[in-house]
Amino acid sequence: MSDISQTATLQGKPQPDPAAPAVAAMLDELEEGSSLWKDAWARLRKNKLALTSLFLFIVIILFCVVGPFLSPYDSQAQNLLVGAEGPSAAHWFGTDTLGRDLLVRVMEGGRISLLVGLVATTVSLMIGVIFGAVAGYMGGRVDAAMMRFVDLLYALPFTIFVILLMVAFGRSLWLMFVAIGCVEWLTMARIVRSGVIGLKKQEFVEAAVSLGYSHTRIIMRHLIPNVLGPVIVISTLTVPAVMLLEAFLSFLGLGVQPPYASWGVLINEGQQNMEIFPWLLIFPAFFFALTLFCLNFLGDGLRDALDPKSAKD
Amino acid sequence: MLKFVAGRLLQGILVLLAIYAVTFFLVAATPGSPFSSERAIRPEILAQIEAFYGYDKPVFERFMTSLGNALSGEFGPSAVYANRTVTDIISESFPVSLKLGALSLLLAMTLGIPAGILAAVKRNTWLDYVPMSAAMVGICLPTFVMGPMLALVFGIILKVLPVAGWFGPEFWILPAATLGLVYAAYFARLTRGGMLEMLNQDWVRTARAKGVKETTIIWRHCLKGGLMPAVTFLGPALAGIISGSFVVETIFQVPGLGQWFVRGALNRDDFLILGLTVLFATMIVIMNLLVDIVQVALNPRLKYE
Repeated sequence: MSDISQTATLQGKPQPDPAAPAVAAMLDELEEGSSLWKDAWARLRKNKLALTSLFLFIVIILFCVVGPFLSPYDSQAQNLLVGAEGPSAAHWFGTDTLGRDLLVRVMEGGRISLLVGLVATTVSLMIGVIFGAVAGYMGGRVDAAMMRFVDLLYALPFTIFVILLMVAFGRSLWLMFVAIGCVEWLTMARIVRSGVIGLKKQEFVEAAVSLGYSHTRIIMRHLIPNVLGPVIVISTLTVPAVMLLEAFLSFLGLGVQPPYASWGVLINEGQQNMEIFPWLLIFPAFFFALTLFCLNFLGDGLRDALDPKSAKD
Repeated sequence: MLKFVAGRLLQGILVLLAIYAVTFFLVAATPGSPFSSERAIRPEILAQIEAFYGYDKPVFERFMTSLGNALSGEFGPSAVYANRTVTDIISESFPVSLKLGALSLLLAMTLGIPAGILAAVKRNTWLDYVPMSAAMVGICLPTFVMGPMLALVFGIILKVLPVAGWFGPEFWILPAATLGLVYAAYFARLTRGGMLEMLNQDWVRTARAKGVKETTIIWRHCLKGGLMPAVTFLGPALAGIISGSFVVETIFQVPGLGQWFVRGALNRDDFLILGLTVLFATMIVIMNLLVDIVQVALNPRLKYE
């Protein structure tokens, strides 16, 4: 992208016309980017396990998001007359001890669990990518200090801090999302940093520097888009990690609070009564484990597809 | 080597101090107090309780006293369980947790590492596929799914193992298996990856060409390097086993530290939380230090990085 933007800006203006390099960058990205994505898609398509996982994951999302609208039951409506009944034609997954339909509760629990995955991963993505890119781009002492900080955080027992945070700040749902996101960004930062270090010596960055672009612009427009591959891979693997952490907290009674229920809450309720009502444990546990399976296989498949060099064989 | 160890030790002490400070101020900033209760307490009595625990002093002064006490190994009284000190609680339940943790880690390593080596050596045969698929299942099943499932199958359907309590070796099996199997899966995957990387090196091809026996190649030339990823993972594994113990001790009613930590957090037992956090952090820091030393012993080049 350096050639075009240089000719566009060398026409006598000290301040480059903002549109020209942007268009050039877009064109260039389209040209090179589409082939990268096309290659990746071709590789992913050959991976049956990853494709099946993708398909199943989409089915699970639809099940959780659309499902509750199709069910005649309200997830919070209690009916003690049909309390703790096994699966039947009326209640496919049975009912819990308060007579709530388990199918609807599993679907709505899935919404919360998936939402945690989405929001917390976004938080971790933003912190990790920006932190890693800045550290890698700045280099030298700044980089050393920032990476020491990451090393220090790696040594902290984070689960303990999330538990303390949840106790300290009243167990709000959104706070939990952010708290989980805040602890899961370290790997992301390391990956982005090493990617940026490799990129910043290339000519197009040199060109961007010599054109007088600001550091922010170089990082945001030139470096981050080029490390998107590994970032996507790590994000796919962060989603199950944060869902696991949420379920862990909810299982201990520190996460999602009634009347809301995530899969972790349902699994906890289920294991308390598993001797008498095993279906209360089996259904939520099945969906949770299936989702984690899909995301892990999809993440592995994406890594092989987007980053063939690091593919573990 | 000595310089390296001293450096890491210093770093570990700094980490511990940071953890102590962060935990203390986080707990202190939490709204509410360990002494609030459903019953209305007369203000004079509350003031007396607070004075007894030192809560009438400014936060910073409290921090300095508590840090001084902690350095001499005294974490103060439990704020919720009257007449018991944090040290009492720790000395009572630490052996239980230590046994559970050691058993699970042992299980994870003795199961995972050989499986990983085997899978790498017999690559792309059923000896590779079966253990690695099992490992993927192990990684995807979190402790709080695995635990109840194991209890359901072995305790309730087959009735061969007790599902709750901590009264003898047969009670240790299910909790240790629940905790250990997940990490066995990680160890297997990491060992397999590490071994494969070694087996694909050029010098292995050279050794084969020179007619070195395959067993010598595996045990003498590849094992040391191949185990590196698994060794590196020991630190995170210990941290994971500690947090996993919160869940496992709840499921199987094991009277260990994890249960106390969760209870302390829910009850806002400030001293207990602080004491246990420091204890857990110390264990993790020591483990990381040991891992660093073992790594350098296995690969001296790392010292200079």
